[in-house]
Amino acid sequence: MKKLKCECGHVNPEGTVLCEACGKPIEENQHIDGNDKTKLINMRYDGSARRSLTYNRSIIDKIWSFFSSVKVGVWLIVIALFASALGTIFPQQMYIPAEAVSRDPAIYYEAHFGILGKIYYQLGFYDLYSSWWYMILIALIGISLVICSIDRVVPLHRALKMQKPKRHETFINRQRLYSESTNVSNEEKQQVVKKLEKLRYKVRSDDGHILAEKGRFSRWGPYVNHIGLIIILIASLFRMTPWLYLDDYVWVREGQQVVIPGTDNKYYIKNKEFILEKYDEDDEQFKDALELIESRGGEVHKNYQTNVIIYKNVDADLPGAEPKLEKVLEDKVWMNNPLKFDGYTLYQSGYQQNEFSSMSFKIHKTNDSDQEALETFTIDLTAPETEYEFESGFRVVMDKYYPEYYLDDGEPRSESKYPKNPAFVIFVYPPQTDSPEINFIGIGKNIDATGENKYKLGIVDFETHFASGMTLRQDYTLPFFGLGALIFMIGVVQGMYWQHRRIWIHPKDKSILLAAHTNKNWFGIKKDIEKAISDTAIQMVIDQQEVEGNEKNKEGHNG
Amino acid sequence: MGNLATFSSTMLYTAIAFYSIATIMFGVTIKDKKKQNKKGMTGTIAISITIIGLIAQLVYFITRWIAGGHAPVGNMFEFMTFLGLSIVLAFIIIYFIYRLNILGLFALPIALIIIAYASMFPTDLSPLVPSLQSPWLYIHVTTVSLSQGILGISFVAGLIYLIKQVDQKKRSKKNIWLELILFSLIACVGFILSTITFNILDYSATFEYPSGDRTLTVEYNLPAIAGPQDGELITEGANGALFEAPGWLQGRNAAKKFNTLIWSFATGLVLYGLIRLVFRRRIGAAIQPLLKNIKPDLVDEITYRAVAIGFPLFTLGGLIFASIWAQIAWDRFWGWDPKEVWALITWFFYAAFLHLRLSRGWHGEKSSWLAVIGFAIIMFNLIVVNLVIAGLHSYA
Amino acid sequence: MRIEKAREKKKDRKRNRLIFRTIILAVLVAAVVFALITNAKKDSTIYSVGDKAPDFQLQQINKNNDLETIRLSDFKGKGIMLNFWATYCKPCEIEMPYMEELYPQYKDKGIEIIAVSLDATEPVIHQFIDKYDLTFPIPHDSRSQVLDLYKIGPIPSTFFINPEGEIVEKVEGALTLERLEGYFKQILPDE
Repeated sequence: MKKLKCECGHVNPEGTVLCEACGKPIEENQHIDGNDKTKLINMRYDGSARRSLTYNRSIIDKIWSFFSSVKVGVWLIVIALFASALGTIFPQQMYIPAEAVSRDPAIYYEAHFGILGKIYYQLGFYDLYSSWWYMILIALIGISLVICSIDRVVPLHRALKMQKPKRHETFINRQRLYSESTNVSNEEKQQVVKKLEKLRYKVRSDDGHILAEKGRFSRWGPYVNHIGLIIILIASLFRMTPWLYLDDYVWVREGQQVVIPGTDNKYYIKNKEFILEKYDEDDEQFKDALELIESRGGEVHKNYQTNVIIYKNVDADLPGAEPKLEKVLEDKVWMNNPLKFDGYTLYQSGYQQNEFSSMSFKIHKTNDSDQEALETFTIDLTAPETEYEFESGFRVVMDKYYPEYYLDDGEPRSESKYPKNPAFVIFVYPPQTDSPEINFIGIGKNIDATGENKYKLGIVDFETHFASGMTLRQDYTLPFFGLGALIFMIGVVQGMYWQHRRIWIHPKDKSILLAAHTNKNWFGIKKDIEKAISDTAIQMVIDQQEVEGNEKNKEGHNG
Repeated sequence: MGNLATFSSTMLYTAIAFYSIATIMFGVTIKDKKKQNKKGMTGTIAISITIIGLIAQLVYFITRWIAGGHAPVGNMFEFMTFLGLSIVLAFIIIYFIYRLNILGLFALPIALIIIAYASMFPTDLSPLVPSLQSPWLYIHVTTVSLSQGILGISFVAGLIYLIKQVDQKKRSKKNIWLELILFSLIACVGFILSTITFNILDYSATFEYPSGDRTLTVEYNLPAIAGPQDGELITEGANGALFEAPGWLQGRNAAKKFNTLIWSFATGLVLYGLIRLVFRRRIGAAIQPLLKNIKPDLVDEITYRAVAIGFPLFTLGGLIFASIWAQIAWDRFWGWDPKEVWALITWFFYAAFLHLRLSRGWHGEKSSWLAVIGFAIIMFNLIVVNLVIAGLHSYA
Repeated sequence: MRIEKAREKKKDRKRNRLIFRTIILAVLVAAVVFALITNAKKDSTIYSVGDKAPDFQLQQINKNNDLETIRLSDFKGKGIMLNFWATYCKPCEIEMPYMEELYPQYKDKGIEIIAVSLDATEPVIHQFIDKYDLTFPIPHDSRSQVLDLYKIGPIPSTFFINPEGEIVEKVEGALTLERLEGYFKQILPDE
């Protein structure tokens, strides 16, 4: 590798475009930044050598320089953009509505969206965001982030470290903002320097050459924000592992006490009470809106919450054994107000009110038109008894119980274990008899199979209860996401809201050359210069790019 | 509705009036050639009127907050109105940095269209559902809206740049695209006009249609061109639908929205035709001479500056605050809900914008096109994702 | 001499760079592979073939069986069929008679059937037992503790556990008589 020695005496590494010390363009490398075709010089990394562009030998180097390209990075972003959009054409698997005829993706998409839906399903787009190819895409962006950052930090560091006030003339007059002034007195020069210092520029001088610089740290912004993004990606990697992240769901019925899944039998939850509040329809301020919503068949809830007690099982080594519970806390959980305990977070997620908790029956004579109750009894559906005896001599036996009754080919069955549509086969033993009268009874059903029963059952009352759906989370990765987001924001703000502005004052024979460069916000630096040179003989800088553009435009119009 | 609420909506109308006057004043500044975009009198008056309008809208915002008991960002009307406010606010900020009058001539009408569009949704004070009852509602929605307002300014600047720089002498792909963008703005006006017209006529036609195992009804306020699938007209004397909306349209009242879209396009086309008749050339070509004295580099700078301010703010409001709230309310900070995905897409897009501009030197025209597309994505997320793609964010 | 030294140095730097790049790329690729594997394995349960079956203790409620409480570890040395079922589950109902048919014969050979019921209330289980005259132990997991422990998804779900307490086979869905017998033979204790 040959080093490039500039006429100022500085030795530059290979691939350097502008001499690190004086800024003079190094002739044979001008094609790298395209300087050979324009009047203005490209100030990227101040023309210092970028590693990825210099070696390209082994396969590793080739992969490296592939990912080091911003072009590749932007392409990856654009592809990810389109891929993400693809997943919103139809709902993702997890958002298939609960009331859909079938929640099985194989059926749902075709039934709902026709042939397009079928293709969508077959391409696997119903679970696009956890597909291997989407993950690889995001991972490639991550790789590009890491390599781009590593590859650019070094030349940037080199460029920023070598800020010499004394620059080569070609470096100065090929800047975008440039002016040449004559008859500038030394006092005026000092005045400019003072004003620049007042504008918080750091001013250094060398042999009459002056460099005023401001906001250098903003150049690090992009790398800081990329580090933030990398932390976020690492955090999502950790989140996929079960030991840093837990997600479980539990239904608890009012009055019920269950183990909280995912806690290794350590924690139990009791639903003391579930509260559902609606907005008052007579409320003046919302009257119109509520009427409108109701006319559409909707309703607006004000709040739903569960009052819970959390217990800890101090004897949790043997699951299933009678737990030894100690109360941890008693609190309420409602929307937007999750409950935290011992590193877990409990969320109010949903509720259901279609379950019965108890039913009361009466026995009356079949031929009694008043249906006067001879006896009444209540079946507690959370822990039903099978036998009920009465002093009058009646005896009732619950022979069959179907929590969620349905007829399956003429055979009574239960759909689930939840008492959503309870039905019973009940034997009624009238006093002093051993042969029962058989009744089949449920909501809206009361059948006497023989038609000869002397006594009849009737439902007097029932109670329903709420089932509260609660999500349990344990997520130790959250602080990492938070940290990543914070660093990202710091980096973005640092890079976007501040700019690295540099102003060079270059004495040449009897005149003064003024040049300026900023990485963004040219308008701002022009304003600074305007302020600094006011009341002096120094000429305001011309925007050479604008001039160039105008000339081009004119040519275009003429031709 | 109480007095306060009435007062509040009066203030919104006041703001609309002021914005309209300010737009005209900014239009007058073009004629002020002598003092072009340096502290001209007309410009000062125009910006003052804009600020008064903004104050009126802030009064609307605060009084509605007091009347409703929650910040008025809870439904589509309230959010869109606030977006209008954000655009005006962003415009004022940018105005005081760059003092460019022409920006007002474009930014204020956009804000006006958005506010008018908002008023087409139910404007009643409505209560908040449990999932929205959180201080994060204000934090998340206001930052997102402010960021979108600023990105809206980048759209406006990009549009100005394109109208000025795209060659209008002969028909080209570029000026057809530009014309399409301008047409979509006109279609928004078409939507507002047709809605207001039939509102005044008090038009109503109710349809019944099956949805799953239920029968739902939907009230059309515009004559039905596209009716609901298998729908049946039950209002006497109203016109039946010309055809049925396609079945793959999802979400509540999808057919009605589709019908509205057709109306907007139709009215927009009529309006566009009229404008073409009057000027006898493309709208872009008609506006171009007004921009003769504008420095393209300055406009380009504004495009970029607006993105540079808007992008971090969007990240903060649309992704970070959104995630924090989602973690609290929905127990996960990210769930690939369509709205979330489109926020990510917006973010990807502006990230690509910045990389292309800063690393690959996409300035001027290229970057203006990108600014325009970016805002189109934002509006897509706001309107289409809310109204067409059903998701957790369908609050309208 | 100096040129040689410089060349040497350059070579070193190039080699170091290659090593550095290789390491970084290797780390990145490893992270991606890790992510893909974890993602693919996401849906599988915690306990799979080869793992030790975790211990639990439940109340036994089948009156045709003498045991009162069931503790899995008490059956060490025997082959265990650990079945999860419920009365409302149709495929469970299909395989139950097969289990009952083979139970007396294999019990003598050192195999125990433990059919954990996931029902909510006891009466329905008793109805079911009476209908099929089941004799093997039926513990009742009324608090869903064992369900959570074994991360049971759809039922029936059956674990075949060898005399050493290791899971030999995990079956989801109903079993036929032949398959059931085949699995029993796999977990027979050595005489």
